[in-house]
Amino acid sequence: MTKSELIEHLIDAHPQLSVKDVELAVKTMLDHMTEALSDGDRIEIRGFGSFSLHYRAPRIGRNPKTGESVPLPAKYVPHFKPGKELRDQVNQSLDGEV
Amino acid sequence: MSSLTKADMAERLFEELGLNKREAKEMVESFFEEIRASLASNEHVKLSGFGNFDLRDKRQRPGRNPKTGEEVPISARRVVTFRPGQKLKERVEAYAGQQSNSAD
Repeated sequence: MTKSELIEHLIDAHPQLSVKDVELAVKTMLDHMTEALSDGDRIEIRGFGSFSLHYRAPRIGRNPKTGESVPLPAKYVPHFKPGKELRDQVNQSLDGEV
Repeated sequence: MSSLTKADMAERLFEELGLNKREAKEMVESFFEEIRASLASNEHVKLSGFGNFDLRDKRQRPGRNPKTGEEVPISARRVVTFRPGQKLKERVEAYAGQQSNSAD
């Protein structure tokens, strides 16, 4: 499912809202989540999962072309931990196939 | 450190888009519900700019009960993984920069 397909589904589920409202709502929600993580905040959505930042220590990298050492600074990367309900539902879809 | 919740997201839809409180709450609910339904029907989700929710099938592997030391197989399973998009990764890396500046 792509973002535009997600928007289509939400338009069908919310017939009282205009297409424009739904498009803006999806953009606003994704921007809000991006903003929270880039402020160093967590996102906690019960049943779905949580997003947090994981620390990556600084390390010495290497330019694969020249073999030269390049110091890479510490950074944070986004991490998603699926919630129990999501984990169980996804795992059940596997059982359904076997 | 604070946490963003569905209530916070609904509040913003109310303030910025002028959806009424009930519409805003339902919109946030169905946003996550649609993503969950897609993943539960074995279809991955691509939200450009934010990231992709992918599905991976894991084979059965040997495990151990840490309490008893008894060998118990970990059954085959399907799991969700999240790969952040370019834009999200860049925004989050910038946070590390802020941290090291404030420590100076």
